[in-house]
Amino acid sequence: MTFDRRTFLATASASAGFLAAPMVRAQGKPRVVVIGGGAGGATAARYIAKDSEGAIDVTLVEPTRTYYTCFFSNLYLGGFREMASLGHSYGTLAADYGINVVHDWAVGVDRDAKTVSLAGGSTLPYDRLILSPGIDFVDGAVEGWDLSAQNAMPHAYKGGSQTELLKAQIMAMPQGGTYAMVAPPNPYRCPPGPYERVSMVAHTLKEINPTAKILIADPKDSFSKQGLFEEGWNTHYSGMIERIGPDFGGGNVAVDPQAMTLTIDGDVNDVDVCNVIPAMKAGRIAEVARITDGNWAPVNAADLSSKMDENIHVLGDAAAQGDMPKSGFSANSQAKVCANAVRGALTGSTVFPARFANTCWSLIDTDDGVKVGATYEATEEKIAKVDGFISETGESDELRAATYQESIGWYDGIVTDMFG
Amino acid sequence: MRRPLAIIALLSAASLGWAEAGGNAENGEALFRQCSGCHEVGQGARDRIGPHLNNIFDRPAGAAEGYRYSTGFERAAAGGLVWTFETLDDFIENPRRLVSNTRMSFGGLADQQDRDDLLAYLRRYSASPGNIPEAAPTAVPVDHAVAPEVLAIIGDPAYGEYLSGECTSCHQPSGATTGIPSITNWPAQDFVIAMHAYKDGVRAHPVMQMMAGRLSNEEIAALAAYFESIE
Repeated sequence: MTFDRRTFLATASASAGFLAAPMVRAQGKPRVVVIGGGAGGATAARYIAKDSEGAIDVTLVEPTRTYYTCFFSNLYLGGFREMASLGHSYGTLAADYGINVVHDWAVGVDRDAKTVSLAGGSTLPYDRLILSPGIDFVDGAVEGWDLSAQNAMPHAYKGGSQTELLKAQIMAMPQGGTYAMVAPPNPYRCPPGPYERVSMVAHTLKEINPTAKILIADPKDSFSKQGLFEEGWNTHYSGMIERIGPDFGGGNVAVDPQAMTLTIDGDVNDVDVCNVIPAMKAGRIAEVARITDGNWAPVNAADLSSKMDENIHVLGDAAAQGDMPKSGFSANSQAKVCANAVRGALTGSTVFPARFANTCWSLIDTDDGVKVGATYEATEEKIAKVDGFISETGESDELRAATYQESIGWYDGIVTDMFG
Repeated sequence: MRRPLAIIALLSAASLGWAEAGGNAENGEALFRQCSGCHEVGQGARDRIGPHLNNIFDRPAGAAEGYRYSTGFERAAAGGLVWTFETLDDFIENPRRLVSNTRMSFGGLADQQDRDDLLAYLRRYSASPGNIPEAAPTAVPVDHAVAPEVLAIIGDPAYGEYLSGECTSCHQPSGATTGIPSITNWPAQDFVIAMHAYKDGVRAHPVMQMMAGRLSNEEIAALAAYFESIE
């Protein structure tokens, strides 16, 4: 998405709208505050604003002015997308939907007073609060790694600068060098993500550094779309990729960001790039709001409301909801159910029964796309899987190419659904 | 309604021992005049407005060498559509049920016997009879049509708008068609027929089979009403 004068002005006027908001509130409009402008938060804000037709005052709090999607960032690593094509502004949400877009960090939630405090000093009152903060990393999950090491050993598991850093390191690898990945334990954002990334890194290395090696240390016995990825790796990148699973110590790792070593089960490996994807937890504001249990925020399936506070809803990666994978598609799907329920609660509009879906596309090599998906329903206990499918091994080249084309269409579709 | 007739057709076919198993190729040849403005079949047949139909049985859809197919056809072909008695029967009954926006401007043959006859004629020009199961497939009365009472359901666009959230994660309301077809302003009846085709597994796409699979008749009608109405 490009920045033109119109979107710049729109964002500016949105800020002005925010300053004037107390007057609007005096008229007694219900207020929704959404924290996090990704697939969950942006979608929820847009649907509430769109469908309530001005009857609800919607504020979206998001620190960045340009949102870089984490989904499709692997395609950037593979050279299939430009970083600029993954960036999106909030201009349309502000200008066309009347959403108060506030570029600031949410640092506190007072659940009794029903207010959110921002790093910039403002306080936002809410009737309903929607948290869609994505992920943070569990401290101490990988021995030797913490956030201060993220420049030497990037996680690249949030879109934007980390992804660019990882790409630069891959491009600068010496001939015949080693790219290492420390894969995360379940549950984590985008289950096929690390393995699509390996595919995309392999694609790039095959072109510029064909004798390079890829080493994966993995604490999981199995992983998403494993048969499809392993088939593709054999076909396209034979001999390049080695994965060490938990049976050979793949879960027992330590890193040294100064020495650039990855130790797997006591065996020290010198590596040139080390992509550490640590264990994950809900974005920090969920903890601050005291609605987490362990690493994630448990929610009711019917409306994504927190099990700890009926006035707070949690979407996407941060939520412990049941069977849905943590993905942008899932967050977008949950956001629409939540938006419908929140609007019903605040304005009395019809609340339709919850229904959810997810599909995750992955690219293995040029025109070799695969996908997995499922539908879900709300039960008393959780979001429960109804039906699903996965691409098959041995599919025709035409079908794989069509699947990749479809993923490009999906990207355009979901970002339109998020940002208008 | 047609089922008893089709069964009678099957019985008479069996008793008469027709090679074409339920269809009369002579009648089919006459019916083919509706097709021959665009399609050729038989010795020396070439692509015209439509592709030639020699060896159509067991041929993957969209596979006639050198013929430029529509996007809808390419999509159906990539989805794995293969021409069998069953899929041809379905396609001839209503082309748009299987392939959205096909350029084939043909309203379809509603009568099962007509379709059996036409297919009996076409199968004469498929080389290996071994790849065509004798008797059973053509003779089985398959009722592909969406029941009139289902087509008659008036959808609730408000409910459709809510349900459309499941569609707009991929299909853009603006009508943009990068990689994924537009469903905006799709005529409601075509929408309903296509959705039931996915639900019945006649259309091949796994995501769409899954999404349509749990939509009720009312929900399909609601979505059709909504997508037809949006600007």
